[in-house]
Amino acid sequence: MTLTLTPTAVAATRERRFGLVRHSLALARRSLVKTLRTPEQLLDVTLQPIIFVLIYVFLLGGAVAGNTHDYLQFLLPAIMVQTVLFGGMATGVNLNTDISKGVFDRFRSLPIGRSAPLIGSVLGDLIRYVVAIASLSVIGAIMGFRIQTSLPSAILAGLLTIVFAFCLSWVFVLVGVVMRGAGGVQGTAFLLLFPLTFGTSMITPKETLPGWLQAWVEVNPVSHLMEAARGLMLGGPVASHAVWALVWSAGMLAVFAPLAVRAYRRRA
Amino acid sequence: MKRYGKTTALAGIDLAARQGTVLGVLGPNGAGKTTAVRILATLLRADEGRATVGGLDVVRQAAKVRRIIGLTGQYASVDEDLTGMENLVLIGRLLDFRRAEAKARGAQLLAEFGLTEAGDRKAKTYSGGMRRRLDLAASLVGRPDVIYLDEPTTGLDPAKREDVWKIVRSLVADGVTVLLTTQYLEEADALADEISVIDHGKVIAHGTPAELKRVVGGQTILARPSDPARLAETAAVLSAVAGRPAESPARGVVTVPVAGDAAFTEVVRRLAVEGIGVAELSLRLPSLDEVFFTLTGHHTEEEAA
Repeated sequence: MTLTLTPTAVAATRERRFGLVRHSLALARRSLVKTLRTPEQLLDVTLQPIIFVLIYVFLLGGAVAGNTHDYLQFLLPAIMVQTVLFGGMATGVNLNTDISKGVFDRFRSLPIGRSAPLIGSVLGDLIRYVVAIASLSVIGAIMGFRIQTSLPSAILAGLLTIVFAFCLSWVFVLVGVVMRGAGGVQGTAFLLLFPLTFGTSMITPKETLPGWLQAWVEVNPVSHLMEAARGLMLGGPVASHAVWALVWSAGMLAVFAPLAVRAYRRRA
Repeated sequence: MKRYGKTTALAGIDLAARQGTVLGVLGPNGAGKTTAVRILATLLRADEGRATVGGLDVVRQAAKVRRIIGLTGQYASVDEDLTGMENLVLIGRLLDFRRAEAKARGAQLLAEFGLTEAGDRKAKTYSGGMRRRLDLAASLVGRPDVIYLDEPTTGLDPAKREDVWKIVRSLVADGVTVLLTTQYLEEADALADEISVIDHGKVIAHGTPAELKRVVGGQTILARPSDPARLAETAAVLSAVAGRPAESPARGVVTVPVAGDAAFTEVVRRLAVEGIGVAELSLRLPSLDEVFFTLTGHHTEEEAA
């Protein structure tokens, strides 16, 4: 081993502008590389949704829609939303594990924006949403799902879902920063996601639900997102649902991103 | 002069390190070493008091402080899923190096720390010593003026410890100021220009290694004759050289505290003259526990850090 630590003569030229963007992207890249190197972390957005589609379609298809083919058309856009939203949970869990390790101490001792590690995690995990949509598209196509509108319109449905999930994931980031252990993060995220995703017309038409549940479905932002996705993929009303989904997205981002950053700053 | 002021998240400690020197902070687990480092590294806020690094306040000028410090934590803080090179490039990018420069700096550091061949492997495949070296390299990417080494050799075998020591010495030769926490008097003695001994969040002694050793009674010679029957003769030799009675703290072993380095040579010479063979003969510094016993009258307590 040679130990000739070169003195500070060779000062590197440093970039100065758009620091937060560059730092966040560098950290997003780290998160992405880590995900791709541990593909088993993607099981919840690959194999798991496929199993859910199979279960729902073959168990409930006949009862709800009369046949499995029609039920698949009804189910797939909504289950895409559910899968992507659940996919954001991992951001909070991973962040929680990361923070307790030394590497985040190092990030915090560097002259970078306090929000950069959080933005990096959230951006890096966008890959999970893309994988989830790709995985469901494949199984959907194999099982007979057909887009009734156009490909650009269906892609728009995917993008809308990703935007919503991106904003919602700041809630999980907040939970991930605040909670002591990864198990607690997962438990809390489940508690939030179950009413949000199942309290919708995802598996059965809203009309079949009891009144109090219909009232919840009406106000649930995820209902709007699912209806917008259905509209964009199968035809039907889109505009008002999409606008509501976007309004909710902006609201969640505006409230929870600053809260998460503040909590991260305070965490010792 | 760099001044590390009072902090009462600890019970209240005053530490000061001069530029280009090593300040050793010696204390048992739970003494507050890591807390002090975390405050100085802007990771933790003191509830009361002030701390400055290079004249900058760690709370009000935290962003500037982060530009001049490098941190090597108690547990190697590298990303295990990334390769050694990727870890260093990431730090470089976060320090605003251009991509090519981050890579060049990474390659340079890998070479300096003997990790060039391991550079393309994930850090999780590294041995403990390699990980520690990568961690040190990562804290040096930005060429910091001040480096915190929080128990950098805990858990390393003696040879690896020597490697880390060499690195620390070469850093200081380059003018870097080092704050080193350790549980080993031996390590503080080997590296530090000044040592602060802390216990329960308070500085209980401060001085150069020589001053501190004078207070705690210098070194101890330990001898184990190969023939246990000659223990008494061995004890007589030790007593004669040290000018005070030797003790037998364990079966077949005699020890005696000595003042100067010359005593050891004298013991070796006399043992040779008497024809006493030894299975073990060492000159050692007092252990942390002995230092504490001398300074505080109580032994170190094992507490969570």
